[in-house]
Amino acid sequence: GSTLAALRKSGSRFQRSRRYPDIISTVEFNYSGDLLATGDKGGRVVIFQHEQESKNRPHLRGEYNVYSTFQSHEPEFDYLKSLEIEEKINKIRWLPQQNAAHFLLSTNDKTIKLWKISERDKRAEGYNLKDEDGRIRDPYRITSLRVPVLMPMDLMVEASPRRIFANAHTYHINSISVNSDHETYLSADDLRINLWHLEITDRSFNIVDIKPANMEELTEVITAAECHPHQCNVFVYSSSKGTIRLCDMRAAALCDRHSKFFEEPEDPSSRSFFSEIISSISDVKFSHSGRYMMTRDYLSVKVWDLNMENRPVETYQVHEYLRSKLCSLYENDCIFDKFECCWNGSDSAIMTGSYNNFFRMFDRNTRRDITLEASRESSKPRATLKPRKVSTGGKRKKDEISVDSLDFNKKILHTAWHPKDNVIAVAATNNLYIFQDKIN
Amino acid sequence: MFPKGTKRKFSDAGEEAVGGGGGDQGPSAASSSSSSAAAAAARTLTSSYSLQRQSLLDMSLIKLQLCHMLVEPNLCRSVLIANTVRQIQEEMTQDGTWQIMTQALAAAQCPADRLVATEVLCRQTDPAAQAGQSPKPFSVSGVEEGYHSEEVVMDGDVETEVTMSSLSPASPHASSASYLAGPFGMRPCWEEEDDDDEEEEGDCEEDEEEDSEECASEGEEAEQDHLRADSRTGEQVFGTFEIKHPAPPPDPALDELFSDVDPSYYDLDTVLTGMQSAPKMGPYDLLESLSSHGPTALSSSSSCRSDLNELDHIMEIIVGS
Repeated sequence: GSTLAALRKSGSRFQRSRRYPDIISTVEFNYSGDLLATGDKGGRVVIFQHEQESKNRPHLRGEYNVYSTFQSHEPEFDYLKSLEIEEKINKIRWLPQQNAAHFLLSTNDKTIKLWKISERDKRAEGYNLKDEDGRIRDPYRITSLRVPVLMPMDLMVEASPRRIFANAHTYHINSISVNSDHETYLSADDLRINLWHLEITDRSFNIVDIKPANMEELTEVITAAECHPHQCNVFVYSSSKGTIRLCDMRAAALCDRHSKFFEEPEDPSSRSFFSEIISSISDVKFSHSGRYMMTRDYLSVKVWDLNMENRPVETYQVHEYLRSKLCSLYENDCIFDKFECCWNGSDSAIMTGSYNNFFRMFDRNTRRDITLEASRESSKPRATLKPRKVSTGGKRKKDEISVDSLDFNKKILHTAWHPKDNVIAVAATNNLYIFQDKIN
Repeated sequence: MFPKGTKRKFSDAGEEAVGGGGGDQGPSAASSSSSSAAAAAARTLTSSYSLQRQSLLDMSLIKLQLCHMLVEPNLCRSVLIANTVRQIQEEMTQDGTWQIMTQALAAAQCPADRLVATEVLCRQTDPAAQAGQSPKPFSVSGVEEGYHSEEVVMDGDVETEVTMSSLSPASPHASSASYLAGPFGMRPCWEEEDDDDEEEEGDCEEDEEEDSEECASEGEEAEQDHLRADSRTGEQVFGTFEIKHPAPPPDPALDELFSDVDPSYYDLDTVLTGMQSAPKMGPYDLLESLSSHGPTALSSSSSCRSDLNELDHIMEIIVGS
């Protein structure tokens, strides 16, 4: 059916139930879509797993239930600068699965960790040298040998840190991206991008460095970076000035000189003091095909053809009604919010978040768009999500919401789309919503 | 969403001027400098636009100064704000406002024109660094006591030190006035000097004492009155802002904004720097001084809000509840 067929909430709304429920800071499906990882401000990672469809209700897809929870990062203190290093998880990226275990990279501002998540559903019983409690047996009491037997046990999911990639970033890490060679990955902070080998933690290669010799001349920072999905030598990074640079690692060891430079010329009639700020790109994502990339700036989402550098091929307005409110949004800092964006599995649709717990989806083929809301009030389990509309004109129709009534504290910065199916995950502050397409 | 008490009409109109419709009023990029200083001024400045521009400048400086309790500030945000400040500064230089402002301060005669005490919003934790600093007033000017003035340190003609008026943590109302009133603590003296050139530039709302130098242009009386009332409060807390003009030779002060090493407050230049280490203002003080406005602006800085949650969390742990 159409990508924008009404979405039905699958009945999964997960709220962090701790006393200080943490704000979700990243959401990511793995390559198969079976697992969904979330990171939060408290440094925890929660992984959800897609349950098999139930036999009783085959028309529903299975639900996502908690699979594993672990503390990925702890707060640290930088004694040199007298500053705390937040444990907030900025990004999670899964590695392609190679064996029974799952691997993911999670990062805070300074340190990247490789986690192995594995299942244990058997345990050995009948050891010779220790008894069932684990106490060492007195060797003189052992009179016979037996072979330990594997017995089934309740499923236990364990997460263990396998690599810690530290001390490579002076500035705050904003992106990590696994390369298509599955051996290397890049990490980007405000001024530098490093290339790592997954096996090697004590060094990384610096491939982009835009720090000026004289910091007074700093006017532009790196905001996001991503590896090309198929060409392992290609990556892109976006900047706070609304530009995207595509780099080829074969060309030079240090990729300060780009291969391609993407920038849309500014519209002089709409120039203001806020033009640069709203042009700052908060996220960049390659399409699954590798032919396009998508960028998110404050008011819009743009799709670029990698072969055309001078302008995007498609531009979608996310919340243009905010353009006249930029001064207020600058004052309350909302103008600096970093929204992410994502493609669906077939690259036919894109999704991004907005305020008031609204999120937007755009169908690239039909050019239709829809605004939906992620909230308890507006959706009961199994109910169909109702499209929302923000009234921009003078008259507000029934069911529309006026711009001045929008709640700017309720921002949807992180969304994810299942790599194959029409299942989306939307993080609304400290709640995670998972929505699924109606099948029939 | 809007600052409490702001007349929406004013704010929105201003927003359109500054925030969106810069076409007619914005500076022409190609404007030549010298000959058309006056022309540029006349062309670009309506009272509303320059008020909003000044307000934006003030707001930006505050944002740059405020720093987090515990965590390093966001470099991207700091860079974007600093770029905004530079843009405003460039435009003000092009249309002559900048030079006027600096000249006026040089010729400041009345106490009202003196720069108010600067309150560094982020204090040094390091006592050694504090000791080594040039005397820096921590006094907070409340609404009642008026404001202190401080010597302007002048390097040459154009460059002046950055001074920033103090936000009084104890009087959130006063600080909210800063957002309401636009250009606070105006400069009657320079207005007078400039009267012949800039009829339009009526962004002077002043003390009645300065009547002799009043310069409000005719058409803006009403607005001036309104602003005068507000700005009196604001004026008592705020003064003029001046930015150290980043001269062609590299400015070590701005260097500190982005340097890796923890910068210390050596002098007032560092007001522009956003990256300070572990300031020690209490979180609730900071929140009070920031928050004044609508429901969404619980704190102007989202990171302050998050820090508040963190501090709550830490307090919980300490208290052991």
